[in-house]
Amino acid sequence: MTDASVPQNVAPPPAEVEDVELYHAHSWITKYVFCQDAKVIAIQYAGTAITVGILALVLSWVIRLQLAFPGAIPFIDAQVYYQSVTMHGMIMVVYMLTAIFLGGFGNYLIPLMVGARDMVFPYVNMLSYWVYLIATLVLVASYFFPGGPTGAGWTLYPPQSILTGTPGHEWGIILMLASLILFIIGFTMGGLNYVVTVLQARTRGMTLMRMPLTVWGIFAAAVMALLAFPGLFVACVMLLLDRTLGTSFFVPSIVELGEHKEYVGGSPILFQHLFWFFGHPEVYIVALPAFGIVSDLISVHARKNIFGYRMMVWAIIAIGVLSMVVWGHHMYVSGMDPWFGFFFAVTTLAIAVPTALKVYNWVLTLWHADIHFTTPMLFALGFLVTFVNGGITGLYLGNVIVDVPLSATLFVVAHFHMVMGIAPVLVIFGAIYHWYPKITGRMMDERLGKIHFWITFLGAYAIFFPMHYLGVLGMPRRFYEMGETAFVPASATTLNIFITITALAVGFAQSIFFYNLFKSLKYGAPAGGNPWRAASLEWQTPETPPGHGNWGKQLPVVYRWPYGYSVPGAPEDYLPQNAPPVRGERSP
Amino acid sequence: MYIALVMVLVVVGSILFHILSPWRATPIASNWGFIDDTMGLTFLVTGAGFVAVILFMAYCLYRFSHQPGRRAAYEPENQKLEAWLGIVTTIAVIILLAPGLLVWGQFITVPKDAMEIEAVGVQWNWSFRLPGADNQLGSSDVRYIDSANALGLSPADPKGQDDLLVTAGELHLPLGKPVKVLLRSIDVLHDFYVPEIRAKMDLVPGIVTYFWFTPTKIGEYEILCAAYCGTGHPQMRGKMIVESEADFEAWRTAQQTFEQSRKSDAGRDKRASAQ
Ligand code: HEM
Ligand SMILES: [Cu+2]
Ligand SMILES: [Cu+2]
Repeated sequence: MTDASVPQNVAPPPAEVEDVELYHAHSWITKYVFCQDAKVIAIQYAGTAITVGILALVLSWVIRLQLAFPGAIPFIDAQVYYQSVTMHGMIMVVYMLTAIFLGGFGNYLIPLMVGARDMVFPYVNMLSYWVYLIATLVLVASYFFPGGPTGAGWTLYPPQSILTGTPGHEWGIILMLASLILFIIGFTMGGLNYVVTVLQARTRGMTLMRMPLTVWGIFAAAVMALLAFPGLFVACVMLLLDRTLGTSFFVPSIVELGEHKEYVGGSPILFQHLFWFFGHPEVYIVALPAFGIVSDLISVHARKNIFGYRMMVWAIIAIGVLSMVVWGHHMYVSGMDPWFGFFFAVTTLAIAVPTALKVYNWVLTLWHADIHFTTPMLFALGFLVTFVNGGITGLYLGNVIVDVPLSATLFVVAHFHMVMGIAPVLVIFGAIYHWYPKITGRMMDERLGKIHFWITFLGAYAIFFPMHYLGVLGMPRRFYEMGETAFVPASATTLNIFITITALAVGFAQSIFFYNLFKSLKYGAPAGGNPWRAASLEWQTPETPPGHGNWGKQLPVVYRWPYGYSVPGAPEDYLPQNAPPVRGERSP
Repeated sequence: MYIALVMVLVVVGSILFHILSPWRATPIASNWGFIDDTMGLTFLVTGAGFVAVILFMAYCLYRFSHQPGRRAAYEPENQKLEAWLGIVTTIAVIILLAPGLLVWGQFITVPKDAMEIEAVGVQWNWSFRLPGADNQLGSSDVRYIDSANALGLSPADPKGQDDLLVTAGELHLPLGKPVKVLLRSIDVLHDFYVPEIRAKMDLVPGIVTYFWFTPTKIGEYEILCAAYCGTGHPQMRGKMIVESEADFEAWRTAQQTFEQSRKSDAGRDKRASAQ
């Protein structure tokens, strides 16, 4: 740990960026609608993401109802089932999680945490949101076109996704691809902003190694997304051409339902490579921001610096780099050259090492801590349990030969929901409870928050933990109905019914959260500027909620890292990043 | 206090569920017991990790929860501890990976004496092809597919004339003989999946994929499709019947060859109605 060069009794130089009058909004519409303030854009992003997220949640009930009570609900036929699975998966992964972590938390927190007035390209930032909104509308619009949305599965594998045996092959697939293309365009505008802001707009004293891990996580995820999304982009464009103009990028000569098709020479496996070149990093695009945020939640509410900060940063970078070369673990039984199996198994299991180190450092942060069991802390702990649980099943699926029997079963569904469904969602909730006071100036209700936590955490665990065992039994995923199958015992249906009832209960329990969210806007206890007594910059703004430009007349000057908790000799148990140095202080 | 307790209960509950769960892998019916062993090893190593981490966390929650006057310790990092944890984790990963890769090596090395058969997937049923007297499968191409030639065998290839065609979705195999299953799809992705043999592989239109196994238990097994292939995906079923060598031979001689099927009108009609 290097000693900070602590200037003794020197007045900080004036901030270099003065507040600029010009770009303040002058009308209601530029303030709340076409707004260039990253904080407003963040709310717009998060609001949209949560709205489509609720749609995806409702779709998961459709799926679950069919799996538990096959045929009992009249409107769920195979077509509706597969459309629901597809839309549920795609919305959750791309339109909900990616959008809320990068567009939502990224926009709100990056400028505040690095001490910037805004994103460096506010106008492009605003465009990014509007393109995202259009992408979302295009996707949802597919419900209103003939044939409905695509039922190709969220992986959209050709040839099946563009042929007639698949629901929504008329318009649904076209709108899905168009929507993804738009999403990527919108994301690229936002992503460039996040990266450049972190690199260029940090305030005086805010070295890279003094950034909160939240910023590190979002920054690394944005870089990865800028590298990975182009893979999906070209795959979507090529698939769209195959579908509309009859090119043959991904479709070889085939006979479909007795009819010879015009396609010739395309490669279905090529699509899978492109898809997963995006798809695997996507997991970490969601996970890294969650890692960062959870580090900060744990540290603040345990009143202790995050343990091994430098290791945490390097682990983020190592995971980011490695995760670009593991995509093949989704394709072990795809028919690609089996020799790839050796390579991808090694890279995949190698990621387990930096990931495990992060887990160790989170729990070691709790050692000799002063743990406050606030709602954000509870959600962070829930994340640890679900993430460790989902992480270890990744070691099954990554170890190529063990993946062979488990691939395409409910084991996979349980694994990825635990690790990239439930774990990040718990972090999102924790983060909302944590930063809500900064965003609105009011506290959320702690009692309701805790009830919400226990139902969501224990419920989600009860949904997905037993599901692994149905996968070990051999039950395949993406089965509209199991039908009479010799190896599936009747008790599997009992378990499915239990899972469905739990899923419905957990789903409805989210209304507690929304009630709390809206009620607290008006009736929440006033929060003050820094209710958690946190050290990082976003809590030191002159106003709460922060005004446009964030910092009033002068940018803050940073003297230490964001984890100045329980520093020996300090008067309080936290030292804000911008508090003038204490004599003899040895903070990083 | 109660929070630490709940975390302990989550761990205990998970372990109990694992022990008591009636949902277990199907009894294995192939040579791939090593796959089950590797999975068992993975369970032990990762299960120990899960229990250790969560119990440690629960202990901290119990021991270091906030009390008036408590102040956390200040320890930015401990490089020695972090290095040790890194080393231990790396070793654990190697323990999982090494046997995994060895078994994968076997999985992709097909025994020389394996019998080659072909499984063909089409929305939404299975067909099979076995070599005839010449012990060789003839070539095929989707171009040749028509109502009389559902699998698209080359009419001109002499090797294919005696190939046995099995269109009823029922595949028979002799006990204890390695089989290499060549996989071919004529429309979309499918996946040949029999839970009891543990192995599976995608069928990819445009290329021929394969995997191998040795049936080790006489019985009747369900063939499922494990790659989503459209609305009929769950109904795409077949049967795999493992039987004694003698029974298998009897079945085999009763199958129709490609040549016969093309000559007999009956065969043509049968195939047309199967479409
Ligand atoms: C309580 C909440 C949730 C429930 C009950 C739920 C349930 C399900 C179910 C039953 C399936 C279908 C499995 C099958 O194919 O048989 C599914 C698929 C999927 N879910 Fe969720 N899910 C939830 C939340 C999430 C979240 C937060 C994510 C975000 C990562 C997510 C991502 C996916 C994906 C990617 C698929 C695969 C879709 C496909 O097969 O094409 N889910 N979910
Ligand atoms: Cu992956
Ligand atoms: Cu299928």
